[in-house]
Amino acid sequence: MQDLAAALGLALQLIARADSALAEIVGRSLEVSLAAVGLATLFGLPLGAAIALFHFPGRHAVTVLLNALMGLPPVVVGLVAYLLLSRSGPLGVLGLLFTPTAMIIAQFFLVTPIVAALARQTVEDLWAEYSEQLRSLGTSPMRALPTLLWDGRFSLTTAVLAGFGRASAEVGAVMIVGGNIDHVTRVMTTTIALETSKGNLPLALALGFILILLSIGVNAAAFLLRETARERTA
Amino acid sequence: MSAASILPLRLEEVAYEAGGRTLIEPVSLDIAHGPRSLLLGPNGAGKSLLLRLCHGLIRPSRGRVVWQGAAPGGNGVPLLHRQAMVFQRPVMLRRSALANVEYALKLRGLGRKDRRERATAMLARTGLGALARMPARRLSGGEQQRLALARAWAVEPEILFLDEPTANLDPAAVKLVEEIIGAIHAAGTKIVMTTHDLAQARRLADEILFLHRGRVVERRDAASFFAGPRTEAARAFVEGRLHW
Repeated sequence: MQDLAAALGLALQLIARADSALAEIVGRSLEVSLAAVGLATLFGLPLGAAIALFHFPGRHAVTVLLNALMGLPPVVVGLVAYLLLSRSGPLGVLGLLFTPTAMIIAQFFLVTPIVAALARQTVEDLWAEYSEQLRSLGTSPMRALPTLLWDGRFSLTTAVLAGFGRASAEVGAVMIVGGNIDHVTRVMTTTIALETSKGNLPLALALGFILILLSIGVNAAAFLLRETARERTA
Repeated sequence: MSAASILPLRLEEVAYEAGGRTLIEPVSLDIAHGPRSLLLGPNGAGKSLLLRLCHGLIRPSRGRVVWQGAAPGGNGVPLLHRQAMVFQRPVMLRRSALANVEYALKLRGLGRKDRRERATAMLARTGLGALARMPARRLSGGEQQRLALARAWAVEPEILFLDEPTANLDPAAVKLVEEIIGAIHAAGTKIVMTTHDLAQARRLADEILFLHRGRVVERRDAASFFAGPRTEAARAFVEGRLHW
């Protein structure tokens, strides 16, 4: 119990004096997850909207698959990305394994289905409301896509935040493809796993605090956005 | 905008069925430039369906909708760009009133500066100038319907379809909307509008198409229609007797 209290105190000290090791890890975490979420947004929003707007054979199957992929186990994504990026894998020549880029790729595959599936739902609901009006205005489905993404911007931001929450909290994928190398690929979640097993609780706890704060921050942002949207479109 | 008119609009034996029921009985008619045509009839008579068939939002189960100078069945975006429709419940994009009008103009290929100028002018003409920057969805029902009219008018359509545009509005808002419809007509746009409101039909109509149970049972100039409807269904409707 005393150990725990001491560890807690040390953890808070680390945060208070913005410890350099701590800052480095937090910075890299944000870098990796923000890059992955950024790419997933660029790719996932149009993908989800296209599935909602265009009718093609197998559309329902794609929808079901996409929804299922929202729950992809991170370790499995990590494993597949590892196999693709390892020396003997198809993308081995790129030499990306155990780099932050590899971690971004793995998290991209983890987050894109979340962003795309939520975007599909949002855009489909909007389309039900807008379709007659937009068709009457002479909007082709191609033109409707950016229109609906823009009009759904508040709900879609929530989708992106959900993706960010997922990316920043997962440990399995980045551990496997990043390798948890000090000063190179070590991020918050992998550090917590490692330091806990080493018994270095202050650093693990400090990172844990920051992760939770981040999670609260993300949810607060999502809440505020919803409120703003309600006010503006009531 | 090219010079050749898309009017008259011709319906050739157009029928519409859904769920095994015939909702619009086969109808052939021409809609030419000029008089304000009002589709009058009780709820469920098929007025809105007929309007959507004309506008191309739904496809006829049988028959053809033919626009002047267009290939039969051709109902693509270029034709839509010469028409506009105002719905009973206007759908406003989640952006400012001004941006809603600009959006329609952008689809017509107008440049940024022209869009801004024309949209601003349209809002002024419909009495919404002061509300240009307001989020469109925060406008009142009447203001939204006037914005829908501004958006439709801005593209200078040859023909404007209106589906019960005042059904949800209070009398003051109805008056404003009717004035704008009159101004749009005066500026040279063909008006085709549905209503179940007799008083409104008397105020606005040059000619009446009376619908009953999916059938156009009478089509005459408004004065003679109201002086003496020929069919029993129309007589019952005009006299306020329910007739099903």
